[in-house]
Amino acid sequence: MISFIAQRIAKAIVVLLALVVLNFFLIRLAPGDPALVMAGEAGAGDQIFLAQLREKFGLDQPLPVQLFLYVKGILSLDLGFSFRQQMPVATLILQRLPATLLLTGTAFAISLAFGIVFGALAARFAGTWADTAITVLALVFYATPLFWVALMAILLFSVTMDWLPSFGYETVGANYTGLAHVLDVAAHLILPATTIGLFFMATYARMTRASMLEVNRLDFVKTARAKGLSDTVIQRRHVLRNALLPVVTLAGLQAGTLVGGAVLTETVFAWPGIGRLMYEALLQRDYNLLLGVFVVCSAMVLAFNLITDLVYRSVDPRIEFAS
Amino acid sequence: MSKRKILVSFAVLCMLSTAAVAEGPKAGGVVNAVIQPEPPSLMVGLVQNGPTQMVAGNIYEGLLRYSPKLDPLPGLAESWTVSEDGKIYTFKLVKGATWHDGKPFTSADVLFSIDFLKQTHPRARGNLVQLDKVEAPDESTVVFTLKQPFGPFIGIFEVGSLPMIPKHIYEGTDFKTNPANNTPVGTGPFMFKEWQKGSFIRLVKNPNYHVKGKPNIDEIYWHVIPDAAARSVAYETGKVDVLPGGSVENFDVPRLSKLKNTCVTGAGWEFFSPHSWLWLNNRAGPTANKKFRQALMFAIDRNMAKDVVWNGLGKVATGPSGSAIKYYTGAVPKYDYDPAKAKALLKEAGYNGEKLRMLPLPYGETWQRWAEMVRQNLQDVGVNVEMVATDVPGWNQKVSEWDYDIAFTYLYQYGDPALGVGRNYISSQIAKGSPFNNVEGYSNPEIDKLFADGAVAFPDAAREEIYAKAQKILVEDVPVAWMLELQFPTITRCSVKNLVTTGIGVNDGFRDAWIEK
Repeated sequence: MISFIAQRIAKAIVVLLALVVLNFFLIRLAPGDPALVMAGEAGAGDQIFLAQLREKFGLDQPLPVQLFLYVKGILSLDLGFSFRQQMPVATLILQRLPATLLLTGTAFAISLAFGIVFGALAARFAGTWADTAITVLALVFYATPLFWVALMAILLFSVTMDWLPSFGYETVGANYTGLAHVLDVAAHLILPATTIGLFFMATYARMTRASMLEVNRLDFVKTARAKGLSDTVIQRRHVLRNALLPVVTLAGLQAGTLVGGAVLTETVFAWPGIGRLMYEALLQRDYNLLLGVFVVCSAMVLAFNLITDLVYRSVDPRIEFAS
Repeated sequence: MSKRKILVSFAVLCMLSTAAVAEGPKAGGVVNAVIQPEPPSLMVGLVQNGPTQMVAGNIYEGLLRYSPKLDPLPGLAESWTVSEDGKIYTFKLVKGATWHDGKPFTSADVLFSIDFLKQTHPRARGNLVQLDKVEAPDESTVVFTLKQPFGPFIGIFEVGSLPMIPKHIYEGTDFKTNPANNTPVGTGPFMFKEWQKGSFIRLVKNPNYHVKGKPNIDEIYWHVIPDAAARSVAYETGKVDVLPGGSVENFDVPRLSKLKNTCVTGAGWEFFSPHSWLWLNNRAGPTANKKFRQALMFAIDRNMAKDVVWNGLGKVATGPSGSAIKYYTGAVPKYDYDPAKAKALLKEAGYNGEKLRMLPLPYGETWQRWAEMVRQNLQDVGVNVEMVATDVPGWNQKVSEWDYDIAFTYLYQYGDPALGVGRNYISSQIAKGSPFNNVEGYSNPEIDKLFADGAVAFPDAAREEIYAKAQKILVEDVPVAWMLELQFPTITRCSVKNLVTTGIGVNDGFRDAWIEK
């Protein structure tokens, strides 16, 4: 197993470098550069000013030289400097990463837990009103755009009922500590995490339901019934466990997008996370910062792929590590 | 005195006294404001974008401030004199002003700031071209000597245009990488305290501020909320008290204005006077034809755009200068909405249905809707328009490389035609690569001469005559299609008093502001 992991990590590094090069060129295909954006925001910019900015951003160098310098930096674990924000890219990302992981991690946990439970219930009571209700709700949440759900949630819970805060990560200026701080952050977390969670919950629920219904028809389930096991035991130990494999696949794929996948939600709720950082870097053509976020996201995806493979094995011992 | 008279005067006295009690500024309190988008830096000597100026205007100061009528007011300079020939400006600095780190502010800082800004600040560089030398005979006196009289000179000392930079922090360092850029030090009424990127910027009262008894407010939080709808909600739910101009979509303004305890003002933009127009490519295509450009002016219903898209805020522009700008004249050819006349002119121009590429300004819904409306206007008279969608960097590039036929924009005018108007029309400003010069490619030797003369004519009456002539010629030629003098409303709780007091509005507003409890 150790050699399996080592091999995978080695492959991951090669993939990561390829991604860096690819992203480097992809970003530069977009029209406009950071110097023009900054001059634009200032509402003024003579040629000297633009030349100064381009020199600062390193844009006066030929493209291959820029790429070489960037890859060299990455190899020494240096993500570069964001001239726009006047900070090292790594610092900016590390500042924002915890907020995003808290948000998407919570959303992921909510969606997986409730998704599997609702999916299992729907399958168990297939054809009844409970099944219909769960299926319809899942479809609605899956089909509704996230930002709209977010705005409606704000309208209902913040504006109308005034139960939950509508923006931010914590109450600014309140200086809570200890438990009060935890509760404050939790209150801010509920709306955005639920918004993302609802969407993914719907996919998990539908996947679990379909998968369980399929497993239910298989011969070993009939055998279990013939042995006289109780229905609950059959569903839980025989059906659900086997039905979970496709859900794990899906969850593994989605876990990879946890870092960068919350752009809309973070924007609507003014959550100081990495999705927004990436979006703003894109709008401002802050190349180093954007590439930095891409690198971190790619690394996360690769890491989660590896974890997913490991989880497969614990869910289904028949799967072996092929070297 | 009759009984009745006594009663009346008593009542008046009562009213006066309660008014006096209610009017008195109170110390203390916290203001929550919105900043949009998040500024890249607060070092206003290096970065001049809108949000930077808005926050940094509380931290840094200029030598002068400007009233809504654009008359100079004391800032870091308490008095000033201009020599009779208009070439020597002598400033007396306020006594007892200190930097936020306790070091005194002196004339040496002023000299240093001029050097600093010449290297880093494109607008200051342009404003200072007529400067021959600047000297400091003593600690609190600064003398500017000009090569020749330069009318707008008294108008360049506002904090965003010529902020004072601390010499003791920047001298001998690489300005752009100085670590102090992240912890700005100024002389202003508020000091930088904390910046949680992506969340908020916190400023606190400067206890040693050189104006006695000011500021009144203890703390300002600038909240970073990226979504326009979320910004309105933050105001509605009482989490923020101040929405500076442009922080919510225009269609939300009427709804927010009706909320309880809400005050709205369009004041505070006199100095900038954001002026919007359509860049028309004067080099090629149908827009190169003057008749075609005039036809566009007649075809576009600008009153309706003002009423529908901008909720009645702002004014229909009559020409290159906004009406708050010095030497503005309304005595120019008029272009009222007249589709029939537009059609006739199109025919005269020989337009035969070529497709024109129109770039909306990618600054949100309002601009998108405005572009759609103009497209409709143009289609109504038979002009074939195709909308080109871009994001902000793409827009900047397309406009600066002249890759468009019609493009929306708006620019600040800085109070004087020599500072913010001429740059859009004189031929020496035609240069690829910047979206803020003569992008349309208009070239007219007569106009070049008028703007060159206008900047240095003396006294002011001579300037007035020159600019009146220039405005008339430009309006006849229609190098660009002027649309509206924009007004970005500032929305506040009514309990935030005295916020907008000068011609640059919220950009230096919190110095005098106070909160009614």
